Amino acid sequence: MTQTQNPTGTNPSTEVPRRTPLGVQPLTELQALESESIHIFREVAATFRAPVMLFSGGKDSVVMLHLAAKAFWPAPIPFSLLHVDTGHNFPEVLQYRDEATTFYGASLRVASVQDYIDDGRLRERPDGQRNPLQTVPLLDAITSGKHDAVFGGGRRDEERARAKERVYSMRDEFGQWEPRNQRPELWSLYNGRHLPGEHVRVFPLSNWTELDVWDYIEAEGIALPSIYYAHEREVVERDGMWIALTPVTPARDGDAVERRSVRYRTVGDMSCTAAVLSEATTVADVITEVGLSQLTERGATRADDRMSEAAMEDRKREGYF
Amino acid sequence: MPTTTTAGPTTGPARATGGDTGQRRTLLRLATAGSVDDGKSTLVGRLLFDTNSVLTDTLDHVEQVSRRKGLATADLALLTDGLRAEREQGITIDVAYRYFHTPARKFILADCPGHVQYTRNTVTGSSTADVIVLLVDARKGVVEQTRRHLAVASLLRVPHVVLVVNKIDLVDYAQDVFTRIATDFSVLARSLGVIDSHCIPVSATEGDNVVTRSSRTPWYEGPTVLGYLETVDDTKRAVGADLRFPVQHVIRPQGAPLAPWAASAPAVDADYRGYAGKVESGRVRVGEEVVVLPRGSHARVVAVDTPDGPLQEAVAGQSVTLRLDTDIDVSRGDVLAGTDAPPAPVRELTGTVCWLAERTLTVGARVLVQHGTALTKGIVRSVDGALDLAFDSGGAPHWEPATQLGLNDIGRVRIALATPLPLDSYKEHRATGAFILVDEADGWTLGAGMAGSTAIPTGPVSGPTPTAAKVDGTTPQK
Repeated sequence: MTQTQNPTGTNPSTEVPRRTPLGVQPLTELQALESESIHIFREVAATFRAPVMLFSGGKDSVVMLHLAAKAFWPAPIPFSLLHVDTGHNFPEVLQYRDEATTFYGASLRVASVQDYIDDGRLRERPDGQRNPLQTVPLLDAITSGKHDAVFGGGRRDEERARAKERVYSMRDEFGQWEPRNQRPELWSLYNGRHLPGEHVRVFPLSNWTELDVWDYIEAEGIALPSIYYAHEREVVERDGMWIALTPVTPARDGDAVERRSVRYRTVGDMSCTAAVLSEATTVADVITEVGLSQLTERGATRADDRMSEAAMEDRKREGYF
Repeated sequence: MPTTTTAGPTTGPARATGGDTGQRRTLLRLATAGSVDDGKSTLVGRLLFDTNSVLTDTLDHVEQVSRRKGLATADLALLTDGLRAEREQGITIDVAYRYFHTPARKFILADCPGHVQYTRNTVTGSSTADVIVLLVDARKGVVEQTRRHLAVASLLRVPHVVLVVNKIDLVDYAQDVFTRIATDFSVLARSLGVIDSHCIPVSATEGDNVVTRSSRTPWYEGPTVLGYLETVDDTKRAVGADLRFPVQHVIRPQGAPLAPWAASAPAVDADYRGYAGKVESGRVRVGEEVVVLPRGSHARVVAVDTPDGPLQEAVAGQSVTLRLDTDIDVSRGDVLAGTDAPPAPVRELTGTVCWLAERTLTVGARVLVQHGTALTKGIVRSVDGALDLAFDSGGAPHWEPATQLGLNDIGRVRIALATPLPLDSYKEHRATGAFILVDEADGWTLGAGMAGSTAIPTGPVSGPTPTAAKVDGTTPQK
């Protein structure tokens, strides 16, 4: 890690400007998306009292952190980061989370699901999944931090309920989303006014797709946790998904344990995130693979979205991202 | 580049192409509009399906649901029903955003429901759209809803409108049916002052002329829907306009430690003071003189900063940080404008408002006015008329006397402002002529406003009536 480099990997004192005058050419897709996201970050920072950004070390939140850093350059990011740690996160991702926080000069607060289970405020679910348990610690952290704006890395291409989400998403005191009663969002005039107790979830990556995220990671030379790239692991096939053997997902009787080359498309909780078979060891390989994939990101790897036809919508209504 | 063994956020080697990745794929924003049952969901489903934007697991789901409903083939409309209530009730509640791309372009599609608060949804989807895709049923032709959607597109100055004459299979691919509808539409588009329009005969169910050219409409020589979207001129008009740069945020790290990776930048010292914002229109160059509105003081741009290094010039759409040569007072809410034709700050705005709330807009009402990055208080001085689209009687749109506006009404208002705003005419500057009205008490967005005179010519439509649209569907241009 080189502290003097900026996140693009270029050194502003020596490099030629990346963006040449454009004439009447419109911005490229990535320039337009980056610019829109930076605009959103600046609007929130300028108009809310205590924003906070969710940061897990997953690729969307990494891109979001990178964009936040760019939005306020050369000043530091003017808000802190929050991670709701389920206690079942991949160790590689937690290590990355801490290093990235330092690299970008941000401060991180961790809300721990394990603490809630240990002192009885939450109970382990019969299916062992901890993702749904994140909502209570998240809402508590928002309340105790008096946060009026919470950045999330959600993208509208991820899931059909998210396709309906505004960039600024109003939430009531209970963190609930009411899809029937969303504010119109006009031009780029974002309206974040709200009543005391309410807060706004802000999604700067709303208009990005999985492929855009990877294209941007490549273009900007952003590093990711190693498990996004192909590596060998002991896995078992369950319900059409490749589950890695971990302390929280041990082999069951009769499991055919195999050693396969896999990578992760999403890096949520170990208890519900599956790997995909892959030989992609570089960003370029991943982009090729994502372009050819016949499965959606969540459909391929997220057990929690398979629980019901409206799993994501139901969780969002309860306050989940 | 990061590899399997890289755990930390080590940055890779610099890439010569930076964020450009060598390709010039551009971004086009479009919105759909149409009445219920015109086949809008099917068209959107077809666009997604035929551009391979629908992946197997999503399609499996659609096929399962279609089978359960007793359908022989997958109902593509099901691809776009996102919410539980929508699937249960078979209706679309709110705007949904879809994404697809071709080698040439990435598309952001605002899929607007055809009914239930239609103006509200169409306004929301159209405000950022470069293109509106408007649907009609070939058996019904242009109906009142089409006229309303087109009026909204015209008011919001959407640069391009394409009329999809859907269900052409149900009229036996008849050329004369299409020609009649295309003619009606082009007359209407002209009467509403629509900038550019085009018509395409389509069967969304059968896939004719959506992504693949149909052999069943040999008389049609124009592009398919996707072909149109891929080639429509997206050179942003805004780039050629006068500079408008609303200041979002003053970046002044003084005292605070710099971002660790910014410390080496030569321009950055303890006195750094930059004005962060997005160029909404025009371009800004180093050395150029700008006027700071609403105060009217002048300054010169000494640097256009980005984290990737300084630029000589930034154009509409780019988020950058400007430094000025003098330490004049500039803060959020100010607009930096070119010196050629800066907007005059006004204490009272006149404009057209699409009213989007259940409560009524009345004279004397107190509202917040959000314009660019500025927010000020306003009092509604008068309602000077509501737009009567007069389509039932086949007349021309005209202003009717009105004293208040209700949900989905479009009216002219005068609002007194607590602090002056440098409002542009929406006709010339889509970004800095726009404003929203906000409820001071609960924060709800009440209305979408466009400053200055409306784009819609009112009164009798004058000039010769075009006799027929060309068979390729192109509307005669002025």
